[in-house]
Amino acid sequence: MISLETTFAPVLATGLTSYAWLIIAIPAISAAVLLLGGRLLDQVGHWLGVAAVTASFVIAATLFGYQLMSDESARAISVPLYTWIAAGTWKVTAGLLIDQLSILFALLITGVGALIHVYSVGYMAPDERRRRFFAYLNLFIAAMLTLVLADNYLVLFVGWEGVGLASYLLIGFWQHKPSAAAAAKKAFVMNRIGDLGLTMAVMSMLALFGSSSFAAVNAGAEHLDAFWVATIGLLLLLGACGKSAQVPLQAWLLDAMEGPTPVSALIHAATMVTAGVYLVVRSHAIFSISPVASTAVVVVGAVTLLVGAWIGTSKDDIKKVLAGSTMSQIGYMMLAAGLGPVGYAFAIFHLLTHGFFKANMFLGAGSVMHAMDDDVNMRHYGALAKVTRITFLTFGMGYLAIIGFPFFAGYFSKDHIIEAAFEVSTVAGIAALVGAGITAFYMTRLMLMTFFGEKRWREGVHPHESPLVMTVPLIVLAVFSIGAGALMNWWIQDWLEPAVGNHVHEISIVPGPIGWLTMLIVAAGIALGWYLFGRQPVPAEAPASRNPFTVAGRNDLFGDLVNDTLVVRPTMFASRGLVANDDKVIDGGVGGLATLTVGLSNQVRKLQTGQVRNYALTMTLGVVLVGVIVILSQLG
Amino acid sequence: MSPDNYLYLAAALFAIGTAGVMLRRNALVAFMSVELMLNAANLAMVAFASARGNLDGQVATFFVMVVAAAEVVVGLSIIITIYRTRRSTSVDAANLLKL
Amino acid sequence: MSGAEITFWIAAPLMVIAAALGLLVFRKAVYSALCIAFVMINLAVLYASLDAMFLTFVQIIVYTGAIMMLFLFVLMLVGVDTPDSMVETLKGQRGSAIAAAIGLLGLIVFGIAGALNGGPKVGLDAANAAYGGNVESLAALIFGRYVFIFELTSALLITAAIGAMVLGQHARTKPKATQADRAAERMRRYAADGVHPGTLPNSGVLARHNSIATPALLPDGSVSDASVSPTLVSRGVIVDAPAMSQITASAFDQVETAQEEDQ
Repeated sequence: MISLETTFAPVLATGLTSYAWLIIAIPAISAAVLLLGGRLLDQVGHWLGVAAVTASFVIAATLFGYQLMSDESARAISVPLYTWIAAGTWKVTAGLLIDQLSILFALLITGVGALIHVYSVGYMAPDERRRRFFAYLNLFIAAMLTLVLADNYLVLFVGWEGVGLASYLLIGFWQHKPSAAAAAKKAFVMNRIGDLGLTMAVMSMLALFGSSSFAAVNAGAEHLDAFWVATIGLLLLLGACGKSAQVPLQAWLLDAMEGPTPVSALIHAATMVTAGVYLVVRSHAIFSISPVASTAVVVVGAVTLLVGAWIGTSKDDIKKVLAGSTMSQIGYMMLAAGLGPVGYAFAIFHLLTHGFFKANMFLGAGSVMHAMDDDVNMRHYGALAKVTRITFLTFGMGYLAIIGFPFFAGYFSKDHIIEAAFEVSTVAGIAALVGAGITAFYMTRLMLMTFFGEKRWREGVHPHESPLVMTVPLIVLAVFSIGAGALMNWWIQDWLEPAVGNHVHEISIVPGPIGWLTMLIVAAGIALGWYLFGRQPVPAEAPASRNPFTVAGRNDLFGDLVNDTLVVRPTMFASRGLVANDDKVIDGGVGGLATLTVGLSNQVRKLQTGQVRNYALTMTLGVVLVGVIVILSQLG
Repeated sequence: MSPDNYLYLAAALFAIGTAGVMLRRNALVAFMSVELMLNAANLAMVAFASARGNLDGQVATFFVMVVAAAEVVVGLSIIITIYRTRRSTSVDAANLLKL
Repeated sequence: MSGAEITFWIAAPLMVIAAALGLLVFRKAVYSALCIAFVMINLAVLYASLDAMFLTFVQIIVYTGAIMMLFLFVLMLVGVDTPDSMVETLKGQRGSAIAAAIGLLGLIVFGIAGALNGGPKVGLDAANAAYGGNVESLAALIFGRYVFIFELTSALLITAAIGAMVLGQHARTKPKATQADRAAERMRRYAADGVHPGTLPNSGVLARHNSIATPALLPDGSVSDASVSPTLVSRGVIVDAPAMSQITASAFDQVETAQEEDQ
């Protein structure tokens, strides 16, 4: 099973590259300054945040350029920072690994991150806590960079928890809304389950390899027995499911849309939720030798891509449609990552293109909401194409990219995944194919309901185009939505090969039979969408539906119900039992002990008469007693 | 004559002194009982000195007397001070050891 | 029986009886103090019988003469008139105390009996003779081997003296009343309670008695209670002044009768 990969040990950073840690430090310091600076920074704080991310992007771009110019064997750079934990002979060092995989992530995070920062300057302008928002965004950028640049799983875990924290803070940013607070809590708690899996995986690695560094794990995995490889793989998958909102830990992502839209775009579409895919690809040494683990990844990916798409078809909330779509697209990536060496590069490829077009669409949705007074219900939209022309055009590019319109970004990345899936398993391939059709259907539905048809605006809503600070990032992202696929299509496989050990495929510009089939199914999806939502007017209120597919979709496929029944209720029941136990048994025991002590003390207290003669008597009796004991012991 | 009888006498006086401390409520009498206990110990030391042919016991007795004199001065002052504020020399009245 | 033994067998029972009576039986503290003084003197006698001449006199001078007399002074100061109540107020204290004392006695006696081996009695003749006598030999020890302790006792004595002075100090909480203050106070009490502001009447002055136990007679012949001490009244030692004045009255009557007969 071992691939014929040509791996190169990372070279030690020298010269300017040894300052690579600044890429993390700058946004982290900026976040600290913004949080500690107080109201002094209210006026300039957001630009400081933008500047910090831009600086990180410049560093990332410089490093990328350096790698491009280097020989293939010298592209991966290791930047050791310091000894984190030293316990006897066992020590953990903190360090960065800037290789072909992580630099792409760094570019995506800082690039899309910078654009979203700029967009947020406009989007969050009315919010008086904007400075805090930017502090959290910077914190997120720093944590996410730590995650992807770490050279071992323990440091990765620090970033992993950091993005979880930032996600929690940003979902609940409008904490005055009980729904936002609850959504933040839900995201945090559900992520804990995944984090537990990752923790156990890292601990297992430390126990088995004595180190958690990628190099040691990759080198040691092939000598491990099958049970442990599968265990670690499944634990890593659990962690990935939590962070990437994959079935069965998918329920939090839809609620996470309570956060401000830039947050949804940055964290819950482009970057953080793809950390699971990164984790799986980064751990390719483990997954590629464990059929159990990689099959589990494929199953999770296939199920999630269908579940997410299904949810996307039924929602009226524009952000939740996009959230379902995100789940679905990450499902594609997981599927690709689970396929083994054939799919790693495609998973990352799709991850990058998705990062662009989904961020583009989320920001576009934010722009639409901006126009519609923060209304998210698509049934209240309609006919916005003319009013918000730039938003419509950029959103349209994202739409074409996601459905896989030829030569747009998604066309390359998604079709490769579908082809690779058919190569490995027909079932997975059919799931991917069906998913593509459903994607086309719900995205068409979204476009038609939002930008076409007649006006269904609420009273007093006067749509307007967003300011330049918001539309420029949209335009940039739209350009990437068009061109990113073509740009990377012939390049990324070779680029990633040393890092992830993928198989390089021959790629032709002319679609094969599966390519044609995919286009056919996508066209069918578009036609169905137009047939249902384009021909007749869309009702402004959601019609009551008895269609079980619609009902299930509207209820997130009863994900909350399942969670409630399987986890929440038993936990509540157990908690009540524990509370009762605490109240009755433990408190009763402690209280009883206290009562007993008080009672005894009240009896013993009577010995303390305060009468000095009594004390003299006690002393004398004590002396006699001790004397008697001494004499008796000497006699005996 | 062996010191035995002197020692038994000292023991008897000491026991009487102890009983006095425990039984009498008048602080002055209790104090006298303490003095009697000191003297019982003195008697034992003088008896030992005689029995062992060694004057160190007598010297110790001498120092005990000095200390007793100092102790009596301070003790009686305390009793008078208490009497001045409480109008009583009963040790039972001064049960301030109890809250 | 040697002289020392005779002395012991006379003094020891007396001491035990006196101590037991004084400390455990007598209700008046003065009697206790006298009994203990008696025990102290007997102790001095026993010291003498044990060849401790110096301690004999120190015992008499310091203990009997100074310490016990100090006790008596304090007794006078706090009042000698009220005997202690011998009713035990603490529950079970008396029985337990007696049992504890007997137990302690038994313990000590048992310990002494077990420890003594009946070895030869050396006697102090040699030790006393070393420097020419008991006092000289003791002085050699005190100013020789024990001189440091001896010096330390001086610190102890000074501390005790200062402590006694501090404790005896009577902090004045309000300014001392002047004569004018006292007069004003008397007039205030007269106004408020009708207390006579002037001096109390003297005790009665009669031909046969002018002691403080004789009450004065008011002009109408009745007794003035204010002229004698309440203590004397409660003791019932007051002289019956009207009865005594009766003699004078009858004498005057006889004189008057005789004068009338002469006229």
